[in-house]
Amino acid sequence: MMNCRQASRLISTAMDRPLSRAEQLQLSMHLLLCRNCRHFRQQMQQLRLGIRQGRQR
Amino acid sequence: MTPSDADIEAERPYLLRYARAQLQDAAAAEDAVQDTLLAALQGRARFAGAASLRTWLTSILRFKLVDVVRRQSRECTVDLGEDLDLADLDAVFDGSGHWAHAVRAWGAPEESLLAQQFWQVYQQCAQVMPKRTAMVFAMREVMDMDIADICQNLGISATNCSVMLYRARLSLRECLETRWFQREAT
Repeated sequence: MMNCRQASRLISTAMDRPLSRAEQLQLSMHLLLCRNCRHFRQQMQQLRLGIRQGRQR
Repeated sequence: MTPSDADIEAERPYLLRYARAQLQDAAAAEDAVQDTLLAALQGRARFAGAASLRTWLTSILRFKLVDVVRRQSRECTVDLGEDLDLADLDAVFDGSGHWAHAVRAWGAPEESLLAQQFWQVYQQCAQVMPKRTAMVFAMREVMDMDIADICQNLGISATNCSVMLYRARLSLRECLETRWFQREAT
């Protein structure tokens, strides 16, 4: 089972390239059990959204 | 419709903001915007009007910014030591690789990510990152370039690029949490 450090790395990677099947599987297992990492993933999406909105101004 | 001098000039403040968000170097940002406006004035016949003027100017600016970044990375010999050192992440995770502090939800983006203010905080936060890391992040998230393009332009490997983006995201998260979301909560 991967830890949060590894999971957060994959969450970041997923924002730049599609994950492999194995990576996806490992990550979703971790996310299922880990609220902190679910929040982290959400924050990363909000960060991207915030920048997209900000730069359009 | 061909844009007038005034139409083009009116976009300068926007373009400057855009350029400054990616280059820590204010003078270089200004030069890039100046070059963009010049190119636009000379090439305005090519503006098809299919996109908005701002979109068209931004696309020119992007090329100019990539040029600057490329030039800068040629000038300073590539030492990625600082950028690839993940030791400062040791405080983020505990010894077993779990988050040292709970990661809280940030709340709905529509409410709290009020674009203008968020952007300002983002720019402050980007300043505290190592220069090259901030640059890679800006190329990815502000300029929407893909990893392959970034690697090619900066002459770094995809793995290094990915490490730098990871580091940038963790660092921005911490910084935004302190400067933005906690302020919101109080």
